[in-house]
Amino acid sequence: MKEAFIPQASPETARFWEGTQNGELWIQRCKACNRPYFYPRPFCPHCNSDDVEWFQASGRARLVSYVISHRGVPGLTPQAPYVVALVELAEGPRMASNLVGVAPDPEHIVLDMPLRVTFQRRGEMALPVFQPEEGEQA
Amino acid sequence: MSNAATSMHGGQIAIVGASETDRIGVVPDRSIIQLHAEAARNALADAGLTPADVDGVATAGPLPMEISHYLGITPRWLDGTMVGGCSFMLHVRHAAAAIAAGACETVLITHGESGRSRVGVSYPSPSPASIGGQFEYPYGAVFPYATFTLPVMRFLQERGMTRRHLAEVAVAQREWAVNNPRAFKREPITMEQILNDTPVAYPFTKDLCCVVTDGGGALVLTSASRAVDLRRSSTPVYLLGSGEAAEAPLVSQMEDPGSFAAFRRASAEAFATAGVTHKDIDHLMVYDAFAHLPLYGLEDLGFVGRGESGDFIAEGHTRPGGRLPMNTNGGGLSYTHTGMYGMFAIQEAVRQLRGEAAVQVPGVKVSFVQGVGLMFGAAGSLILSNVQP
Repeated sequence: MKEAFIPQASPETARFWEGTQNGELWIQRCKACNRPYFYPRPFCPHCNSDDVEWFQASGRARLVSYVISHRGVPGLTPQAPYVVALVELAEGPRMASNLVGVAPDPEHIVLDMPLRVTFQRRGEMALPVFQPEEGEQA
Repeated sequence: MSNAATSMHGGQIAIVGASETDRIGVVPDRSIIQLHAEAARNALADAGLTPADVDGVATAGPLPMEISHYLGITPRWLDGTMVGGCSFMLHVRHAAAAIAAGACETVLITHGESGRSRVGVSYPSPSPASIGGQFEYPYGAVFPYATFTLPVMRFLQERGMTRRHLAEVAVAQREWAVNNPRAFKREPITMEQILNDTPVAYPFTKDLCCVVTDGGGALVLTSASRAVDLRRSSTPVYLLGSGEAAEAPLVSQMEDPGSFAAFRRASAEAFATAGVTHKDIDHLMVYDAFAHLPLYGLEDLGFVGRGESGDFIAEGHTRPGGRLPMNTNGGGLSYTHTGMYGMFAIQEAVRQLRGEAAVQVPGVKVSFVQGVGLMFGAAGSLILSNVQP
């Protein structure tokens, strides 16, 4: 039995996963239209330009939405109850993640709360997850 | 060719056969392909046709040649479009286009799934290198209750709505199911029972999630000019208009978590191609794998304004006797949900238009059927009528 669902890098996402190994969140932006984007692709999904670059995101985000799953996937991390979060990075793109460092209870989870990235080990990989920004604990 | 239609829309193509499997709910003695075949043979019998009359086959899940060979059909047109639960809305649309273009004459569309008994079902592991495998599954966003539901807290907060509005959806639909002998859940239910139950995935409790069942359904389509010679000539169901659209394969990548772009686009095209407006719609089906989808649907399809969906349902407008009867079989929440529910939404619209529904709405002339697929991935819309324009 697997102990966790471990993501596996693909050619166009390798830089993202190299970043997480170093405790950094790297995403892409288009140099033609200046828009940052996620998930990783070797061209701009907005204007189709090939002139794109990787950059390190600030790691700051806000909570857009969430669901608290009370049923885990057998044998897989995260263990229920856990919070699946929809976060919006300060740079603009949104991503799915987990909300950690806060009780999985709607009393303690407030939409738009400021978040900061942190990383969890999953096998050989490091997974970006988000916790409430220090001093902002609900 | 006297049977040739000149347009896929405008009532030139008709649904001439429609049926579900004999039993739905718990059917542990049928394989998936048996469910497809049983529904297909029922629908062909309903049309007064046999497999030998079919020259086009569409399905999702199994491949169309698996279905055609199993039934002894020699197709000259195949459609294996697989966009989850709304695949069948797209099949109807594609079949209509193919018939109008002369690519085939009589199309069979089949669905069957052993969602509950899981006869012969294996869980394929999602690839950990796929986009979803890298950026959603590792967060436990795997099963629909922890994924499809992700944008809902945002939807509610933006509108000043609450979990009570989700519960209103389930209560309203159960009212339809109570008098439907084929519905999986028929006990009346209250708002308090729903809200006080153990959460499956907050804000969702069990009755805010679809039932999980076995079953199947099938449709037979041909040109309206040919339909007049068939068994169902006195209860015709015409395709007036349709639309299809796609948004994000990852729920986190929706453009706006509070609105489903594919609902907006597919429904707008359906209205435009049908040449009808909201006030012409007598009956509405909105695919409800979870209680939030009818809320998104009412707003995104334009039946109510932004933020009005919850009160619209709470005021009883979608219940028996209401002015916009919605999900009149009980929906995925109460009637049945095999995994790809869209086929059952179409079946109920056909029954209502034929005047043969378990809980019949009086005087239905135009029905709008809205499907959703692979979470907020795809959508398909059909406008059907028993009156040819």
